Amino acid sequence: MNQRSCGEFVIEATGLSKAFGPATAVDGVDLAVRTGEVYAILGPNGAGKTTTVRMLSTLLRPDSGTARVLGHDLLTEPGKVRGRISLTGQFASVDQDLTGRENLVLLARLFGFRGRDAQDRAEELLTVFELTEAGSRPVKTYSGGMRRRIDIAAGLVVAPELMFLDEPTTGLDPRSRKQVWNIVRALVNGGTTVLLTTQYLDEADQLADRIAVIDHGKVIAQGSSVELKASVGTGAVHVHLADPAEREAAQRLLAGVGVAVHPGAEPGTLTVHIAEHGASAADQACAALQRLSQADIGVATFGLAYPSLDEVFLSLTGKPAVDQAA
Amino acid sequence: MDNRSPTLGRPDADDPALAQLRTVLTARPRPPRPGPLTTSLVFGWRTLLRIKHLPEQMIDVTAFPIMLTLMFTFLFGGAIAGSTTEYVQFLQPGILVQTIVMITMTTGSSLNSDVVSGVFDRFRSLSIWQPAVLVGALIGDAVRYLLGAVIVLVLSLILGFRPEGGFLGVLAGVALVLIFSFSLGWLWTMLGLLLRTPQSVTSLSMFVMLPLTFASNIFVDPKTMPGWLESVVGCNPITHLTAAVRAAMQGTLTSGQTGVVLLWCAGLVGVFAPLTMRLYRTKH
Repeated sequence: MNQRSCGEFVIEATGLSKAFGPATAVDGVDLAVRTGEVYAILGPNGAGKTTTVRMLSTLLRPDSGTARVLGHDLLTEPGKVRGRISLTGQFASVDQDLTGRENLVLLARLFGFRGRDAQDRAEELLTVFELTEAGSRPVKTYSGGMRRRIDIAAGLVVAPELMFLDEPTTGLDPRSRKQVWNIVRALVNGGTTVLLTTQYLDEADQLADRIAVIDHGKVIAQGSSVELKASVGTGAVHVHLADPAEREAAQRLLAGVGVAVHPGAEPGTLTVHIAEHGASAADQACAALQRLSQADIGVATFGLAYPSLDEVFLSLTGKPAVDQAA
Repeated sequence: MDNRSPTLGRPDADDPALAQLRTVLTARPRPPRPGPLTTSLVFGWRTLLRIKHLPEQMIDVTAFPIMLTLMFTFLFGGAIAGSTTEYVQFLQPGILVQTIVMITMTTGSSLNSDVVSGVFDRFRSLSIWQPAVLVGALIGDAVRYLLGAVIVLVLSLILGFRPEGGFLGVLAGVALVLIFSFSLGWLWTMLGLLLRTPQSVTSLSMFVMLPLTFASNIFVDPKTMPGWLESVVGCNPITHLTAAVRAAMQGTLTSGQTGVVLLWCAGLVGVFAPLTMRLYRTKH
């Protein structure tokens, strides 16, 4: 990709742990993030994603474990780490009462831009993030997508070498989500390494070179998205039957031909797991639908989707993902 | 461009919007890191911006001083000094001290609600002189205190206050009050970081502030008090401050009086600033 060697690690963490009172938030996490890649930490609420990011970005001191970030020891040289990273937290990371423009000028000044330069820098960022008009309004009046853009822009006043994005798209509409994805891609393209957290497998798959799945503060799977999908399947067909009463018959029929199938939450729905990859995955999906139609089981609607976080957890841990927030 | 798996369907890197973003990211070289003073002033500017957007924050420095000045002048004036015009000569410097020192309490409760917002995480993750976040907040607040001081002064002049120290004496008095308030601010920032809610900050601050301001020489001459109370009042920093401000406005300020006040200021900063910073660094 760029000139930097991909073998060089920007984050090397070993055994990071953090407890808040009796509750263990992070329990011995090892991470190795390479220069120039997008690394995603995937997990449900409360799994320890935010705590991990806060430790790596020097905001929280780990109870145990060590980490080097950009070649500096996290515990002994936090100041040197701070100068080269940027953090955009999960919750509003700019001043809600100030305007978008004031927030960016404030940060530009804190980074050392003076007078006119600080204003110009703010204007450049507003333009590229399509916030020029909204720039004179207080951030608290922004829509979800605009807030996220100003949050991210605030982290880019000076281009960081490593950017932490904590759940950058949670709660966003599909269009804003797409915008954030494009911003992340542009960042990486410009040479920034990105560590992001997410609750969505499709986001991790779309953006990340490598993914760590985290559950109860522990990394339970780590690898490229291809490797991860090899263990959890490539997707799922969600089927809504015309007659809910036929669900059991449909399940028996599909199970009989060797496809993993689970009943859905709504009556008359079921999910067929696709274990194959590439072209054979499509074959498998078609075959399943064809079997239903041959048996005269009416399908009202069907859809193809990524495995949900639940299904990822089901295949990795044998139980569905549950919010672990205390 | 890369060695990534081709199956992931990455977008074309030539997208113009992305190219523009890349250009902007690297458009400017990183400027040198600003020093502590610049950083503190930038945070002071943030406090003033917040006042601009939330002008209701100014009620405590406008309505409150007017209320206190009028109330105490007319309630106690006749009883203590025989007339309100007589009393205002004695009371004015004290009421200035009380008003401004009381206003400093809001620094703690507003920091308490500010510090839990996400923006403090960003400040903490920046490579800046970290105490600037709090020093700047206190500098910005000093501007609010100055406004409160001007209001008390103007109102007192209307009520008949005639400072013999003249303009320079008044200026010296106000300067002492502002320096002391800035120093005392560190006690409130510490409480603001220590306690959980703005309400608990306010009630604890009141608990500290009421005895400090009333068990002092603000309203009455300590010579009229029982001996034990007189010695308690004598140890109160507010008493020293009020005596110095009174002297400044009468044109009789001595270097000894100034020295005692500045010593108290140094003590407050010396004890509470490090404690505040310690709490600030470990707050999560």
